[in-house]
Amino acid sequence: MKPPPFEYYAPTTVEEALVHLSEHGYDAKALAGGQSLIPTMNFRLAQPSVLVDLNNVSELFYIRPDENGGLRLGAMTRHFQVERSSLVSERTPLIYEAMPKIATTQIRSRGTFGGSIAHADPSAELGAISIALGGRFRLRNQTGERWVPANEFFIGMFTTLLEPDELLVEASFPNMPPRTGWALQEVARRPNDFALVGVAAVVTLDKKNQCQKARIVFLSVGDGPVEAHRAAETLTGQTLTPEIIHAAAETAATADIDPGSDIHASAEYRRRLAGVLTRRALDAAFERAKGSS
Amino acid sequence: MRHLFDVGVTVNGTRYERTVEPRLLLSDFLRHDLGLTGTHVGCEHGVCGSCTILFDGQPVRSCLMFAVQANGHEILTVEGLGTPEDLHPLQEAFWEAHSVQCGFCTPGLLMTLVPFLEENPNPNEGEIRAAISGNLCRCTGYQHIVDGVKLAAQKMSA
Repeated sequence: MKPPPFEYYAPTTVEEALVHLSEHGYDAKALAGGQSLIPTMNFRLAQPSVLVDLNNVSELFYIRPDENGGLRLGAMTRHFQVERSSLVSERTPLIYEAMPKIATTQIRSRGTFGGSIAHADPSAELGAISIALGGRFRLRNQTGERWVPANEFFIGMFTTLLEPDELLVEASFPNMPPRTGWALQEVARRPNDFALVGVAAVVTLDKKNQCQKARIVFLSVGDGPVEAHRAAETLTGQTLTPEIIHAAAETAATADIDPGSDIHASAEYRRRLAGVLTRRALDAAFERAKGSS
Repeated sequence: MRHLFDVGVTVNGTRYERTVEPRLLLSDFLRHDLGLTGTHVGCEHGVCGSCTILFDGQPVRSCLMFAVQANGHEILTVEGLGTPEDLHPLQEAFWEAHSVQCGFCTPGLLMTLVPFLEENPNPNEGEIRAAISGNLCRCTGYQHIVDGVKLAAQKMSA
């Protein structure tokens, strides 16, 4: 239960970190919070020969407002910092609401926003939430940088668009339009366990309180976050009556996802949870949207 | 050729300097290199909580950090919480409420609860149970632990 030997670098700038990642390519792993990487190394399921420790790269730790009313998070910002940030609760309340549901306090003392995104665990809340909020991620390598929308970033089980010589440096979220509501619903055996199924919903209403736009994104039902496009389409332009919400939840559970069975839950149970949780999330998001203008 | 790294770390108020392999876990460093065996090792993958320490004041799983990462930082372990002659009120409460059976989970619980009680001086049962959800106990069934926390809260606010 101890990792095999590895080379270790502790850069203090992004530039330095990129030099090491570029030099070692697939042999190197970036170490952020370590709350997912170190257990896998202790089990020897992952055996990187080079570790690039980002915990001294102070330029990656920040929570900033952007000029348009949105939010920018440095990739190394720790969950406990986000959990206590009034800026996060104002600008991206869905992220703020998710924090206590992410693992335990001890994990949140070290775990980072960027680390969670880059690790791309299918049960991670932050990936699904980033998509629901229309967020995007800034990736940097030695030659430049690129922005990737959250809904294009996750491409498979624990797999993202990040190249071996690239570092995720920032997550950026647009401002929430007026009359926007949000909710996160999940079910786990204990409050801090991995979710069996979870769903993030963001709903924006127009001036007549009809749904202008909805985004419904699941966690724990596939290889990564799964967006329920069909269900969201059924809501556009509609007045969100309980019947319409119920129908959308059914669509999400039957047509938009294809969950698998494992030792934690069967596919049928996951589908049932998906339907119930989507209905609750849409109800809550709708109520919040009506209440906010 | 294996590179070794210097670690300078303050633990329970005392400064230590050692040279270690990067793969040495912080939990093993505390126990073997510093002889502070109060911090326990249960799972080495971050689920049992018996290795919990305070790192710059934050509760952290020491099995999920490398000793090299502690360079320049401050750590509090259970040995720094109190002594048999001068127990921390939380330790006293655990004793009085029979929150300890085999004691394996106890240091991790104490280090988790110290910052919790600082931020939540008057927690209810639900909040206490949520706070300790990252610490597994095989002996007590948690009820007396919850009682110990309530008693500690009383003692600490008196």
